[in-house]
Amino acid sequence: MSSSDVVVVGAGHAAIQLAASLRQGRYDGAITLIADESGLPYQRPPLSKAFMSGHMEEAALLLRPASFYAAQNVGVVENDAAVGIDRAARVVTLASGAAHAYGHLVLATGAANRPLPVPGAQLPGVVGLRNLAEARALKALLPGLRRVVVIGAGFIGLEFAAVAAERGIAVTVIEAAPRPLMRGVSAVMSDHLAASHRGWGTELLTGTGVKAIHGSTHAESAETTDGRIILADLVLVAIGVIPNTALAAAAGLRTGNGIEVDAFLATADPAISALGDCAAFPMAGQIGLVRLESVQNASDQARALADRLLGKPTSYAKLPWFWSDQAALKLQIAGLSGGHDQTVLRGDPASGAFSVFCFQGARLLAVESLNRAPDHMAARRFLAGAPKITPAEAADPAFDLRSAG
Amino acid sequence: MAKITFIEHNGTSHVVEAENGVSVMRAAVDHNVPGIDGDCGGECACATCHVYVEAAWQGVVGGRTETEETMLSFAAATQDNSRLCCQITVSDALDGLVVHTPDGQH
Ligand SMILES: Cc1cc2nc3c(=O)[nH]c(=O)nc-3n(C[C@H](O)[C@H](O)[C@H](O)COP(=O)(O)OP(=O)(O)OC[C@H]3O[C@@H](n4cnc5c(N)ncnc54)[C@H](O)[C@@H]3O)c2cc1C
Ligand code: FES
Repeated sequence: MSSSDVVVVGAGHAAIQLAASLRQGRYDGAITLIADESGLPYQRPPLSKAFMSGHMEEAALLLRPASFYAAQNVGVVENDAAVGIDRAARVVTLASGAAHAYGHLVLATGAANRPLPVPGAQLPGVVGLRNLAEARALKALLPGLRRVVVIGAGFIGLEFAAVAAERGIAVTVIEAAPRPLMRGVSAVMSDHLAASHRGWGTELLTGTGVKAIHGSTHAESAETTDGRIILADLVLVAIGVIPNTALAAAAGLRTGNGIEVDAFLATADPAISALGDCAAFPMAGQIGLVRLESVQNASDQARALADRLLGKPTSYAKLPWFWSDQAALKLQIAGLSGGHDQTVLRGDPASGAFSVFCFQGARLLAVESLNRAPDHMAARRFLAGAPKITPAEAADPAFDLRSAG
Repeated sequence: MAKITFIEHNGTSHVVEAENGVSVMRAAVDHNVPGIDGDCGGECACATCHVYVEAAWQGVVGGRTETEETMLSFAAATQDNSRLCCQITVSDALDGLVVHTPDGQH
């Protein structure tokens, strides 16, 4: 092992993009990805969308074909979790006992499903949806399901609910917050999505928690905090994720809502970086550190880190964007809407295609587009700095987003 | 199968053996060709797979789709021969295709 060797813990979106970008930049040291999952690294977004609905084959999920790893000389250690970091010796140890020396260590450990803290949550039939193994198992059960309860109206819960409802399964979504996607989208978009799901036959309960899951040997029902018993053949818990920080914390690195890094994605140990879902980083205009869960964030941070490891340090400052498909609805979000005090509609929600421009005063913070990809593209330009757009312009259908500037 | 040449902005070229049926974007990403990101996975939703098709190949490759047209109108440095290569499907007819990648996709 040479001191320039890069070892990455995790082999998800961030890790693969990092390896690809390092090789594109002619990095010639060894690259080893340590994965606690088996099989080749795959894309997560389709797990709750096209893969779940049967529109995408499992083989199409691969982030890169098998030939990529040989051709690019990227090693993947499968099915072996990293369990310890010896920072003084610069060695990572794995569950199998294997040890990997590193010149630079990258933590790309992602996040894990937040467990449901109620009685009955351990019963068979209470499942999560984070990885391929869980997605496969859930997909195999679909044909036999008559009714499901989804706990949590976040993106993954709603995407799964849309797939299940489309198959004719009776779906009840239970959300503790007053509206779905409370943290993710504006009230206008949230209300539109709620109405759409109800239109597809899904029962959406908001402002309601879950008190317990009942069943003798398998989940049979969910009991809400207001005492309703909802029968279910299966309960999907989709109440968010917790960043995988244990490995970093045990090594004495700072962790809070994620592994804490600076604008260059470096931890306090110059030989260790973190990125993607597991990393909390500083971002202009935001208070404290932020942690984002998106393919864009994982990929762009990987490109930025690759640049630094190739000797061209750049502080990370990319515009966040995200997408979610729910049945025929294609939602795209650019920017972060937290703190907006004004929303401006472009297009008519009744037509099923519209965008919500979220402003804080005169400053555009985020744009949520539903079946309006061009608005999303324009938004990415506006939010990246130039040109500027005012609330009045955003609201004016005659205003051409393309010509703005 | 089709042999496709991707020429980077700086002149470096990459020759890739692409299988029929996959998109030109997928072929590039699978072979780690720099300059093509394909961040949306080929959904024609990100415009990070922008290429310039060499003149002789424009007719063979064909025109833009409607969504692609709108997406391209928001991309940087577009030309008449700009395409989003996730919308081009590899076939024997594309054997020998040459495309150029722009200075950046973002
Ligand atoms: C069902 C689903 C749908 C999604 N849909 C979208 C979407 O539509 N759009 C979008 O932008 N994003 C979506 N996301 C989020 C997106 O997939 C994540 O943001 C992205 O995967 C983050 O990449 P990452 O590399 O940081 O982490 P991950 O892709 O989670 O990879 C981390 C890997 O590290 C492994 N690991 C953890 N600890 C260890 C250890 N100690 N040793 C070895 N390996 C370890 C994990 O098992 C995992 O395989 C979705 C996520 C899910 C689960
Ligand atoms: S890959 Fe996103 S538009 Fe082509």
